[in-house]
Amino acid sequence: MATEGEKRQVKLLGATLSPFVVRVRIALALKGIDYEFIQENLKTKSELLLQSNPVYKQIPVLVHNGKPVCESMIIVQYIEEAWSNKARNLIPKDPYDRAIARFWAAFIDNKIFPSLRGVFTGQGEQLQKAVEDSVTNFLLIEEALRTNQCFAGKAYFGGDQIGLVDIALGGMSTFIKAVEKATETILIDPKKMPLLTAWMHRFCKSDGVKEVMPDPVKHAEYISARRATMISPPTAN
Amino acid sequence: MGEGEEQVKVLSQWPSPFAIRVLIGLEEKNVRYESLEENFASKTELLVQMNPIHRKVPVLIHNGKPICESLIILQYIDEVWPGSNSFMPSNPYDRALAKFWADFIDTKFLGTGIHGILKKTGEAQEEGKRYMLEYLGLLEGVLKEFSAGGSKPYFGGEQFGFLDIAFICHTCWFEAMETLGKWKIPWESEFPRLLEWMKKCRERESVHKIFPDPHKILEYAIKFREGYLRSN
Repeated sequence: MATEGEKRQVKLLGATLSPFVVRVRIALALKGIDYEFIQENLKTKSELLLQSNPVYKQIPVLVHNGKPVCESMIIVQYIEEAWSNKARNLIPKDPYDRAIARFWAAFIDNKIFPSLRGVFTGQGEQLQKAVEDSVTNFLLIEEALRTNQCFAGKAYFGGDQIGLVDIALGGMSTFIKAVEKATETILIDPKKMPLLTAWMHRFCKSDGVKEVMPDPVKHAEYISARRATMISPPTAN
Repeated sequence: MGEGEEQVKVLSQWPSPFAIRVLIGLEEKNVRYESLEENFASKTELLVQMNPIHRKVPVLIHNGKPICESLIILQYIDEVWPGSNSFMPSNPYDRALAKFWADFIDTKFLGTGIHGILKKTGEAQEEGKRYMLEYLGLLEGVLKEFSAGGSKPYFGGEQFGFLDIAFICHTCWFEAMETLGKWKIPWESEFPRLLEWMKKCRERESVHKIFPDPHKILEYAIKFREGYLRSN
C-alpha cells in the first residue's frame, strides 16, 4: 500500500472523460503505480497546469517528483521506462516490433483522432466526410489486426497482454461510442470490423482498464451536450 | 552482396527534411546504406508496397522489412546500431523531453511556421512568420537549457542526438523561407545560440554530406509554392 508521501510523488493533471487522460490512467494502473489525480477544469486552468505545460496548456500532464511530462503517448512511454522494473512491459523489446507499435500509435494520433474530432464537431457535408474518413481509418486497423504479423491471431495489439497500441486506441473507446451515439452514425460496424469490435470489447473488460474507463452513459451525455452548443441556431436575418 | 550481410535501403526524396533526417542518422552511425530516390510525379511500386498506409518517404528497409515515419526510424536506428553514440539521452525524463520537442518541431514549427510561409500569402503568410519567430524563440530557450547555458554544443548536450537530428533537417529550408517570405530572420540579435548550433551542426560530416544545395532547395520551394497556390 503506497504511503501518502509515495502518492504525492506522482500526480496526474487531467479530466476523467478525456481519452488522452484515460490512456495515461490505464498505463499507470497496469504498472501498479499510485498517484494523485488532479481534476482540471478546462475553462479555468490551474496554475500548476499552466506552469507544467506552458507550450500547449493541455491535459494530461504527469508530474513525477515535481517534473512534468506532457503528451499522452510520450507519457505512456515515459511510464514504461521510468518504472521498467515493474511487472508488465507495455512496449515490445524487439526494435522492429517496437517501431511497428510506435507506427500504429502515431497513426491513431495523426489520422484516427483528427477524423473522430471531425465527426464530433461536424455538421452536414463535413460530418459525412469525417464519418467516411473515420470508417476508412478503422478499416485499416481491422486489416492490420487480420494480416500484420505482429497482431494477427493475438488477443491484443501487444500480444497476450495490453500494449502501447491497445492503450492508444482503447483509451478512446467510450469517446468513439459517445460520438457515434451523438451523431447517430456507425464508425465501427461489427459486421465489417469483427476483429476490431471483439478487441474493443475484450479491452474494455480488462483489469486495469475497466476501473478507469469513463462511464459510457456520462460520456455520451457529455458529448451530446457539447455538440448541442456547437450547433448555432438559425438567425433572424 | 554476401550471405548474412546486412541490407539497408532508404526510400528518399532529396528535398524532404524527413528523409534528410534519416540519412543523417544512418551516416552518424556509420551504417552502409543505399538511398533510392523516389520521383515526385508518381510513387514507385516499392514505396506503395513498403508504406501502403501513407505512401510517403522516408522508408527505411532493413533486410527487407520496412520502418516508416522519420522519428520512429531514428529511434529504430539508435536501438539497432547502438554504437558509441546514442541518439537518445540516457534517462527517461530527458528522453521524454527530447520526444516532446521533436514532436513540437514537426507539428507546430513545421505546420504553422514553415508551412505558413511556404503555402500562404498576404496576412496569412505574415502570421506564419510571426509563428516561426515565436517558435524559434522557444527553441532558443530549450537549447540554452539543454546545452547547460551554452557550455555544451548540442540539444543533446555533448552528444549530437535525437533532437539535434530532428531539428537540423528543417534548417536547410530556412534560406528558402527567407526568400519566399521576403524577410530576414534576426539570428544574431534574437537567436544567437541557434545560429551557433546550426554552424556547429553543419561542420559535421553527416550533415555536410547529406544537406542539399540551398539554391536547389530554393528552386524546389518556388516550384512547390507555385503548384500549391495554383491548386488550393
